[in-house]
Amino acid sequence: MSIIFEQYNYAIVIILMMTGLYVVFASRNLIKKLVGLSIFQTSVFLLYITIGKVSGGQPPIIVESHGADHASLEPVLVAAANAKDAVAHAASKSDVLYSNPLPHVLILTAIVVGVATLAIGLALVVRIRETYGTIEEDEIEALDYQYNLEGTAD
Amino acid sequence: MSNPEQQSPDNMQDPHLILRIISKFLIPFIALFAFYVQFHGDFGPGGGFQAGVILAASVILYALIFGLDAAKKAFPPSWIRIGMTIGVLLYGGTGVLAWILGGEFLNYSVLAHDAAHGQHYGILAIELGVLTTVATVMVAIFYAFGSRQPDLQNEDW
Amino acid sequence: MDVLSLFPAWLLEHGAAFAIVLPLLMGAITAILPSRTLAWWTAFIVTLVVTVTSFGLVLNMLSEGATIYSMGGWDPPHGISLVVDALSAPVLLLISAMAVLTVVYGMPATVAEVEPKKRAPFYAAFLICFAGLMGMVVTGDAFNVFVFLEVSSISTYALVAMGSARDRRALTASYNYLIMGSIGATFFVIGLGFLYMETGTLNMADMARILADLDGGSRVAKVAFGFIIVGLGLKLAMFPLHTWLPGAYAYAPSMMTIFLASTATKAALYLLLRFSFTIFDPSFDYVGVLMKYLLVGVGIVGMIFASLQAIFQTDVRRTLAFSSVAQVGYMLLGVGLATAAGLAAGYLHLLNHAIIKGGLFLALGAFWYRFGITRIDDFEGLSKTMPLTMAAFTVSALSLIGVPFTAGFVSKVNLATAAADKGWWWAVGVIVVTSVLAIIYMGRILLLAYFGDAPEIDGEKAKRNEAPLMMLVPMWVLAIMSIAIGSNIFNLGDNFVGAAEAAARLLLGGGA
Repeated sequence: MSIIFEQYNYAIVIILMMTGLYVVFASRNLIKKLVGLSIFQTSVFLLYITIGKVSGGQPPIIVESHGADHASLEPVLVAAANAKDAVAHAASKSDVLYSNPLPHVLILTAIVVGVATLAIGLALVVRIRETYGTIEEDEIEALDYQYNLEGTAD
Repeated sequence: MSNPEQQSPDNMQDPHLILRIISKFLIPFIALFAFYVQFHGDFGPGGGFQAGVILAASVILYALIFGLDAAKKAFPPSWIRIGMTIGVLLYGGTGVLAWILGGEFLNYSVLAHDAAHGQHYGILAIELGVLTTVATVMVAIFYAFGSRQPDLQNEDW
Repeated sequence: MDVLSLFPAWLLEHGAAFAIVLPLLMGAITAILPSRTLAWWTAFIVTLVVTVTSFGLVLNMLSEGATIYSMGGWDPPHGISLVVDALSAPVLLLISAMAVLTVVYGMPATVAEVEPKKRAPFYAAFLICFAGLMGMVVTGDAFNVFVFLEVSSISTYALVAMGSARDRRALTASYNYLIMGSIGATFFVIGLGFLYMETGTLNMADMARILADLDGGSRVAKVAFGFIIVGLGLKLAMFPLHTWLPGAYAYAPSMMTIFLASTATKAALYLLLRFSFTIFDPSFDYVGVLMKYLLVGVGIVGMIFASLQAIFQTDVRRTLAFSSVAQVGYMLLGVGLATAAGLAAGYLHLLNHAIIKGGLFLALGAFWYRFGITRIDDFEGLSKTMPLTMAAFTVSALSLIGVPFTAGFVSKVNLATAAADKGWWWAVGVIVVTSVLAIIYMGRILLLAYFGDAPEIDGEKAKRNEAPLMMLVPMWVLAIMSIAIGSNIFNLGDNFVGAAEAAARLLLGGGA
């Protein structure tokens, strides 16, 4: 039981993931399928974000210097010159514990991908609705079946 | 379609008077905040993606309050394709410039006399490209879906 | 003469990035070009330049060995690296060469199939899809793979939907592809998340090193591997996950069908190889078990069932689509053998099948272009009305069946030998049986075409009406390639087998 409370983030992710996947497969309405797909993708965003959290870690923003002076750029400069030591350098320079920013950056990309997929999906549903007059998969299949029969008749 | 007289905020019969006046105040600030998020992205949380979405949100709010036709006058659809392309070209162009100056693709360090300035300019140019593309694409998606159905009439609220 | 010295040094150094950046940027520019012809010329020149670059990269790889390019000057493992090695370089060349041929073919085909207003965006989306596929293959960063995978997939959904001008079912086919493709990509990214949890890095070479140190890693790595295989399986149309494929192939614009059939599933299969051999390693117990039982299992079942389904189709495009699913089974069998010979055969079949299926779909597009043919019954007498196209179709069809002196024969024999070496005689039997099934489904098309009479249109016999030159040229290039590989003309066969063996050596050498 304690494993659920200690790692509740995974429980949430798994529930969302399964809900989304179930909605995609179980519903016959094209919009509802896209809703399910979005929930499914969102669960992955949460998974990534929770693995980036370091217990007790600050938000990953350099704290000691802020503003126009070059000090804030120094880690970047070092990193650009020699990326291999940059992480070690930044770590030794400050004793602040930061959370891992990388999963956030990754998931920003994944969110954009998700938005693009959803936009294309909705655009397709709009076109399907304009062509078939329905967004129920059963009715579309029936219409296509009819279309096939007529297509072979001539 | 609602006619311009009905939409004018001067008309006291307008049921959306408060909405219109408040959003007229808010929209410039939303757009300004987008640029804050954009240019503060070097030092804190922020950057082109977020700024682009916020900028697009100001256009979308305008369209929701004043109607799609008014929004299309303020932000013509012809800008969209051009904006998308310019954004991608700004991003890619920075990379190509780095190539021309002898570095690897997107190596900002070669863009200026010292690497720190180069990194600074590079990320600014890149994020501007991202801002342009994201903002125009978001508006494009909104226009594409918004134009499909007739505008909401006042009576539908 | 040394061909390599003809390439500028800059191109060889930066070629890996250039091959992605050029189509991506030109794709954006193409979207706002006013004229269709201008868009076509842009697409043609871009794909041609990228092909030349890829050719240079292959030659460079052969003489200098694998090269690693650091994007933005950030060295691996922290930065994104692009890797050109014996595994990725041939696939790069394959994708870009197929892109050139499809663009040449697309000149007349898009006029017939895509609405005038959408033609410039069509080429723009095509270039972006092309850039995504190139990126998927060349990148050495695991998350980058996902990004490029989605870049190519999303543009593919749009391109498939553009077939709605010809057949409205393209819309539903594209929708199904979108749902399945997104689920696949999301599974893949879940797997990457777990892999990142296990290793703390995204660089493929670094991942491989850490996983080897951990001796395969904990349960997290096992889960990651499972998710990645399922995700890629959806993308490459592994047998029970192939349901999106026939619809997408059948109703997309024919130019897109050709490109999809010969590159998209191949790039996904390349990723499967990359992940299961160079990041994970067959020596980890879970990877070995999964490959031996799952990949071989679904490969074999897919070969048989998809071939049987191909026989019962009335639409030629669907016949060929199911045949593609069956051919993926051959490749998976080769991968599952996990021996040098088996991998080489699987990789060779990947290259050969792209050439064969490309040729078949090219000819099919030409039949549609002239006579609107999609159903098998309409093939009657086609050898009289379109003899040159039909001849090219026949050569590719024979190659698909695996007749001696064609490309299909070489890879099937290699695959059968590899299976026999391992003592899997039943696998040899399955290869023979599915080849017989291929004779049935391709043979009935050829029989109708050669022994049927030309149909009557408006009371008189249909006249000879050959496909335009821009369609014939790519078709015959692929048909001749197929014979050249099979009969080892210009040493082409040896080169292909050599490339496949080099790739197999790299895969089994461990590490990236």
